[in-house]
Amino acid sequence: MRAADLITATALMLLGGVVIYDAVRLGIGWGVEGPRSGFFPFWLAVLMIATSAAIIGQTVWRTGRGPFVRRAAAGSVLAVLLPAAALVLATQFIGLYVASAVYVGAYMRWIGRHSWPLTVGLAVAIPVVTFVVFERWFLVPMPKGPLEAWLGY
Amino acid sequence: MGLDNLFLGFQIALTPFNLFVAVIGITLGTIIGVLPGLGGANGVAILLPLTFTMPPTSAIILLTSIYWGALFGGAITSVLFNIPGEPWSVATTFDGYPLARQGQGGQALTAAFTSSFVGSLFSVVLITFFAPMLAEIALKFGPPEFFAIQLLTFSAFVGLGGGNPLKSLVTILLGFIMASVGLDIVTGQLRLTFGVTDLMKGFDFIVAVIGLFGIGEILLSVEEGLKFRGVRTGMNPRVVFQTWKVLPRYWRTFVRGSFIGFWMGFKPGGATPASFMSYAFAKRFSPRGDRFGKGELEGVVAPETAAHAAGVAAMLPMITLGIPGSPTAAVMLGGLIIWGLQPGPMLFKENPDFVWGLIASMYTGNLIGVVMVLAFVPLFAAILRIPFAILTPLIIVVCAIGSYAVHNSMIDVWYMVVFGVIGYVFKKLDYPLAPLVLALVLGDLAENALRQSLIMSQGSLGIFFSRPISGAIMALAVFFFLLPALTPWWRRRRRGTSPADSAAARARAGDNGPSER
Repeated sequence: MRAADLITATALMLLGGVVIYDAVRLGIGWGVEGPRSGFFPFWLAVLMIATSAAIIGQTVWRTGRGPFVRRAAAGSVLAVLLPAAALVLATQFIGLYVASAVYVGAYMRWIGRHSWPLTVGLAVAIPVVTFVVFERWFLVPMPKGPLEAWLGY
Repeated sequence: MGLDNLFLGFQIALTPFNLFVAVIGITLGTIIGVLPGLGGANGVAILLPLTFTMPPTSAIILLTSIYWGALFGGAITSVLFNIPGEPWSVATTFDGYPLARQGQGGQALTAAFTSSFVGSLFSVVLITFFAPMLAEIALKFGPPEFFAIQLLTFSAFVGLGGGNPLKSLVTILLGFIMASVGLDIVTGQLRLTFGVTDLMKGFDFIVAVIGLFGIGEILLSVEEGLKFRGVRTGMNPRVVFQTWKVLPRYWRTFVRGSFIGFWMGFKPGGATPASFMSYAFAKRFSPRGDRFGKGELEGVVAPETAAHAAGVAAMLPMITLGIPGSPTAAVMLGGLIIWGLQPGPMLFKENPDFVWGLIASMYTGNLIGVVMVLAFVPLFAAILRIPFAILTPLIIVVCAIGSYAVHNSMIDVWYMVVFGVIGYVFKKLDYPLAPLVLALVLGDLAENALRQSLIMSQGSLGIFFSRPISGAIMALAVFFFLLPALTPWWRRRRRGTSPADSAAARARAGDNGPSER
């Protein structure tokens, strides 16, 4: 927990440094008519670095309170996070509908251990319902891939 | 004059289409409120793209109805499953879940829904009368006043939000920095993009809301081991009417909760402390106070009344000043801009049908809501019995759709994943997320107000303190910012003198912990 706190605060400080670097490039003073572009970000970053430093001080002062996440729990968090990232990656290439069918199906089968009929049924039904609601009723287009192109959308 | 306008509003809110929209919104909202990982703010954010093709008044009615539904849904999970869906439902679990365990879930739910309704109604009535007045005053505001009010908004998070004030401050600053990424509309320069084209558009707060609250919340609940051990509802008309016969006995609690809720609620982040404060007061003044926590109906009434009064009151600064009081109100504000309306005091002059339609829909929406949840509680509770391996992918797919639909861009879906991880880490480390979202929404407005003020004064910060209204607001903001530093000192001084007042102190301390969850 303590290490995670220190890492986060340090990351925020570094981010503040990056912001200051760009703000100085843009100009932090008074321009032709009013403050220049870097003025507001510069002072925000200065305050953020100071506050993060205070948080680091506060954390060092206190004693640690156990690990940030237990090993078993970290596994189940990754079991949600990684498939979700895979879904987004797949959406980029094969479109949202096919990707979500594969994703829902795979998740239900390997993590939920549901029966094949239920898995396939829902994996097909969810994208189809999504398609009808978004593309048809509300006219909100979603990313599409080769299958939709083949079907003429 | 106010009543004429309200009448006009009802003519809009009571059209069949808008009533239909309200029913849909409340149904969706209640489902969202019941589902783990989805709450008012991200529910509204995900469904926002559906409103793009609607007339603005129907669109806002849909979004507010989703919000009311989510508030009701939170009560269902708190009472039946001991899972507070939202931080302000935490106090509802104290007595709600014990009641349900004793087989009085129906009574607890009836009390919760009725209290929510009473609390909301109270706030809506006050909004009806105060909103036009506040808008009238706000019309005279210049950039310094608006900047002062925005500063006050954020100072309230630091001073009154509970939790670690330093961490609240950092998330505010981070939100403002993220808001400044992209094109600077005043000078036309690109800021903080470092030549990356994708960064030119900046970060959309709707995507941030979906990631931080939606994905982050799922990761968090997975880690805690998603287990729903529900109690049966035991809901039928007889139970409802019997509970209604008992409830008038608690009128004092209703009144107190409503006032606390409204008062805390129009300040940002107010719903959670309001619910705890109301609970603490009810416990102290009730003749059966010692039985609180073991299953007292009054212990459900108190937090629910206050939380909903506060939730509705958060709409007041949104419609009058254009400054949202909660992340959900922030998303609605984003909606206003997308529908082509200019949020702020001019709304009352330029779009009276929109404003009054919205206010009237708060009456109708809450009435429809309370009837619907009372009738369909078992159906909504059944949602939580859907297996986890079906719910999780479904929620993530819905979040991805919502993020994509905002700008039809894939990069937003990637941002959603990144924001999800940030949300998870920040929640674990007690960095509050609501101020981050609000800063991201208000970033441009606040910066422009600051710049214009400085142009007016030719660079002197004195302008914020020399004008009477902004000076008073600034003084209050500075006081809130300093409050975390002053409180320990003040408490130490009081401890010696009056130990009896420690209940109030405990109520304050109590809202610190859970409000972060």
